[in-house]
Parts: sequence; structure tokens; C-alpha cells
Amino acid sequence: MNELLGHVNYWIVIFLMMMGLYMVIASSNLIKKLIGISVFQASVFILYITFGKITEGSPPIITDNADVYSNPLPHVLILTAIVVGVATTSVGLALIVRIQEAYGSMDEDDIHDMNDNDDFNIKSRSKI
Amino acid sequence: MIENLELLIDVCLLFFLLLIVFVAIKTTNLFVATMLFGIFSFVTALLFLDLDAVDVAFTEAAVGAGFTTVLMLSALRLTGAFENVKHRHSILGLFIVVLTGAALIYGVADFPNMGDANAPVHVHVASEYIQLTQEKIDIPNVVTAVLASFRGYDTFGETVVIFSAGVAVLLLLGMGHVEPKHEPEKNLVLWVVVKPFIALILIFGLYVQFHGDFGAGGGFQAGVIFASGFILYSLVFGESYARKVVPSSILPRFAALGVLIYGLTGLVSLLSDKTFLDYSALSSNPVSGQHMGILLVESGVGLAVFSTVLLIFYSFSGVNHNE
Repeated sequence: MNELLGHVNYWIVIFLMMMGLYMVIASSNLIKKLIGISVFQASVFILYITFGKITEGSPPIITDNADVYSNPLPHVLILTAIVVGVATTSVGLALIVRIQEAYGSMDEDDIHDMNDNDDFNIKSRSKI
Repeated sequence: MIENLELLIDVCLLFFLLLIVFVAIKTTNLFVATMLFGIFSFVTALLFLDLDAVDVAFTEAAVGAGFTTVLMLSALRLTGAFENVKHRHSILGLFIVVLTGAALIYGVADFPNMGDANAPVHVHVASEYIQLTQEKIDIPNVVTAVLASFRGYDTFGETVVIFSAGVAVLLLLGMGHVEPKHEPEKNLVLWVVVKPFIALILIFGLYVQFHGDFGAGGGFQAGVIFASGFILYSLVFGESYARKVVPSSILPRFAALGVLIYGLTGLVSLLSDKTFLDYSALSSNPVSGQHMGILLVESGVGLAVFSTVLLIFYSFSGVNHNE
């Protein structure tokens, strides 16, 4: 029972991670893929924070009435990673906006079809 | 019983997350998916709070639930919001996901139980950091101490990455130019409610910035909160008005200045024969040197994050006005 409860966090995090991965692979819509990557990323964050937790520990802010603190190191790593994550997501979104302008679509399959088709010329499209 | 309560909340929130992501996979309306992702971020923030990571919860609430949603919505405005269901590779996806998932589940079987105080993560540097924070830095928030002092190099790298992401968005989309063509839409209720809110958000941002040594908070959170005050102003009163308050041309300079403040703090210690980012060079008393160094570095981070976040928002909101 203890073993089960101690690992339930990891299992659910892996489920979340795989759902994010599924979104990236299964959907050909670029924004949906980006949401999938963000879900994947968030589940990695949860995994790290789970490592840092100590039972009956308190948040790592030193006070007189606590002597066990949860591990502050994963918190530091994930705190900065969240802000870096949103910055990189915005670069991805900016790329999608430009792709949409050039191709008139943000569907990966459509874009591949257009690239295979010789009549299509990106230059003439982007000047619309 | 109390420790089980923590675990109960944890498991409930995790199942909630699974549900949200499941619906997000199902839906073909990208607006719905975006809003669901906003809720996902908020529930994640609650989960972090439950797992004792107060600073992380704070960041996730400000960044994930606030800024990311606004950003994704402004991208959807430019790209359209529907997914073509015919283009789904469900079987391939399912095959890869089940295989990878099974391998990962097998892998975590060796992991120590959650909350185990003797797990390998806890026996290395963590206890040292907690002890040294009390001895050498003398501020209550260990996360801030590790972030700005013990691991100042990492944080410098992260700040540079954020700055570079801002530059990349600027190169891709440009800043745009907004014509002040019409009066903002008259919505008295929104105006009256929002105006005092903006003041409160900005003051709260400053509080988070300067109280980060003592409680949850710091430059990363404060930068995003401060920027969201201006984003709110822009959403309610129109972009041209927001750009009068904070001109778009100064934002890249502010972002660079923030990174520069961080780097120069490191250079000062280098010039006085100490290692890079060794704050004891800043004052004759090493402890107050640490305080000063953390203050400087955090304000650099705050400025860089604020400017980059607002810059990214301006870039996305300015795209349509280019043509």
C-alpha cells in the first residue's frame, strides 16, 4: 500500500507526459502541437517538484517553528524553467504566425502537400 | 491523518489535470484548448503549493495562468482557431505513446517513495544550502538565496535565454506600429473596475520584487506581474494608449539593461579579485554584501523579465497593424 501511494505521483505524471506527447504526434495542427509540448513540459516540472517534497516538511522559507524543509534545489530549477518555458513557447507561436502568413495554413499535412507541389512558391504567397 | 490529507489533495489535483488534458486532446476548437491549458496551469500551481513549492506555485500562477493564455489567444487571433480532424495520426501516436509510457513506468519502479527524506536527491547539496543560507546569507527564503547567490551562474544563463527569446520574437514579428485612430470602446464598468486594479497589480509587483528575500517571490515573478498590469491596461483601453505609457522602443533597451545589471554585478566582483558573482566583494561585511548582490541581481532579473514579457505581448498585438 505504501509502495503504491509513494509511486502514484510518478505514474500520473507519466500519463500526463504521454498525453502531451500524443498531442504532438497525433495532431497535425501546429498550435495543438505547441500545447502538447507545454503539457509535456509541465509534467516534467511536476516530476521535479515531486522529487523535492519531504513528508511533513515545510516550504523552504526559514522560520522558528519548522525544522524539516522540503528540498529547495528543484524549486529553483523549475522556477526559472517556467519563465524560460513561456519565453520559448512565444518564439514557437511567433514562428507559427509567420508560417500561417506564408502558407495560409498552420496544418503540417497541408504544408507538406504544398511543399511537394511544384506550382507553389512561398515568395509569391508571402507578399499578399 | 494530516499527511494523508496532503496526499489526498495531491492525487485529486493530478486526476483533475488528467481530465483537463484528455478534453484538450479531444477538442478541435483551439480556443477551448487554450482556455483548458490556462486552467491546467492554474491547477498545476495549486499542486505545487501542495508540494511545498511556494515560489514555483507563484511563478506558475503568474506566468502559466496569466501571460501564456493571453499570448496564445493573441496568436489564435492571427492564425484562426480550428483544427482539421481528418489530419490526425491517432494510431501512430497511440503506438509510440504506449511503448514509451510502458518503458517509463518500468523505469520509475526503482524510484524512492515520494516524500522519503533519505532519497538520493536530499542527501547531496540540499541540506548544505539550507544550512549555509542561515550562516552566510541570513535571509529566510532559501529558494531566493540558491537562485541568486549559490547558483547565480545558472540564473544568469536563464536570464540571457529569456532575453534571447525576446529578441527572436522581435526579429520574427517586429514591433508593429499602432495608429491611435479611434477612442477606446466605451465600457464604463470595465474602466472603473480595471483602473484601481492596475495600480494594485503594479504595487503588488513591486512588493513581490523586494519582499522576495523574506517570503515567496523574486525577480522572475515580479517581472511577469508588473508586465501583466500593463497588459491589462492594453487589453481594456487599447494598444495605442498602452504604447503611450510604455513606448515600444524602450523595451528592448530595458531588457538589455536588465541582463547588463546582472552581468556587471558579476564583473564588479571579478575586478576586485574575487570570482564572478561573488557578492562578498560588494561590501566590507560579507553578509551585507550578499544582501546587496541579491538585491542587484534580482532587480536585473525583474527588469529583463518585465521588458521581455511586455515586448513579446506588443509584438503579437502589433502584427495586424503592420499591413
